[in-house]
Amino acid sequence: MPEVLVRKKITCVEEIFHEGGPVAQKPLRRAAALAIIRNPFAGSYVANIEGFMDDLKPLGLEMARSLVSALGGDANAVEGYGKGAIVGSAGELEHGALWHVPGGYGMREVLGGAKAIVASTKKVGAPGTRLDVPITHINASYVRSHFDAMEVGVNDAPRADEILLALVMTTGARVHARVGGLKASEIRGEDGLR
Amino acid sequence: MKAKIRKIATFVEETQREMDREIAPPTRKAAAVAVIENPCAGKYVEDLAELMAIGEELGELLTARAVAALGISGPSAESYGKAAAVGENGELEHAAAILHPKLGTPVRRVLGKGAALIPSSKKRGGLGVVLDIPLGHKDAAFVRSHFDGMEVRLNDAPRANEIMVAVAVTDSGRPIPRVGGLTKDQIKGQDGLR
Repeated sequence: MPEVLVRKKITCVEEIFHEGGPVAQKPLRRAAALAIIRNPFAGSYVANIEGFMDDLKPLGLEMARSLVSALGGDANAVEGYGKGAIVGSAGELEHGALWHVPGGYGMREVLGGAKAIVASTKKVGAPGTRLDVPITHINASYVRSHFDAMEVGVNDAPRADEILLALVMTTGARVHARVGGLKASEIRGEDGLR
Repeated sequence: MKAKIRKIATFVEETQREMDREIAPPTRKAAAVAVIENPCAGKYVEDLAELMAIGEELGELLTARAVAALGISGPSAESYGKAAAVGENGELEHAAAILHPKLGTPVRRVLGKGAALIPSSKKRGGLGVVLDIPLGHKDAAFVRSHFDGMEVRLNDAPRANEIMVAVAVTDSGRPIPRVGGLTKDQIKGQDGLR
């Protein structure tokens, strides 16, 4: 399959102290890693694209590592994750779906086998398109305090023949989480759900 | 701390390819953004000393964060810029009070030097407003290869009674500069201009 050509990488970190309520003892941190790559399938319909998922695995791993490092270097501090992709206008939504396996693989590898499905979203868009990357708990999808999202995007990508790939990790619950549901402390951790 | 900070975000952009040419080493920009309460929101305040003091604090904090995000020493930074966006209950002059009287000195302290004017922009706006932070060489404003800008935005800021304050730092100029002018190896470094 074609070479993975990265034009640009972006790291964003948010440190949230409060949102109008009590200041958190430990601020919530969210981080996003974005890579803007050339879409080797842009411009025409290509039937066989699956092999590119393997080619993306090293990038997924590198982005997952950079996120842990942006959050302080301790993989055990990561409690939530998500992933997403924006495909440039000469590409196809299915090209964004190529990111499911390598993006998820990279994060699980770095986090030591997280059990929950990685929440994800994708779309086709122009440069400057924003993506709300959904976030859920890494070991139990139903942990309500960890349902979150991080908006990502950059003014100059994706160009028509590019794909913007995103991974997101967080260190905890929403800063003033208080709507009940399964708590992180109640996780059984067997099925990835509860 | 005089500033009441709700959130701090950092952004790093690393350009590895441009027009299909490899950029080696990659060009890198970082911005640190603080979202703070605007103590003067909702009323006319004649004396803006409180905001000036906040500017001094944020100059140091945000420059240190941006440099750390690039993983470089302060003196290795090449260009810089600053910007602020005032929420709808504030006044443009509030951004001026933060940015202009006192913010620059600690920026220069962290970066070791900084003879050139720190380019700046400001505006009033709502949640998700885009800040284009202008960039210029820190020791000689006329270095043409370093005229640039960095866009930052946060979907949830500034709220009506908040101000977003940003400092951007780079370790490089544009990816493939070729429009002539003063180059960085020609800097005399006496007047901040050349």
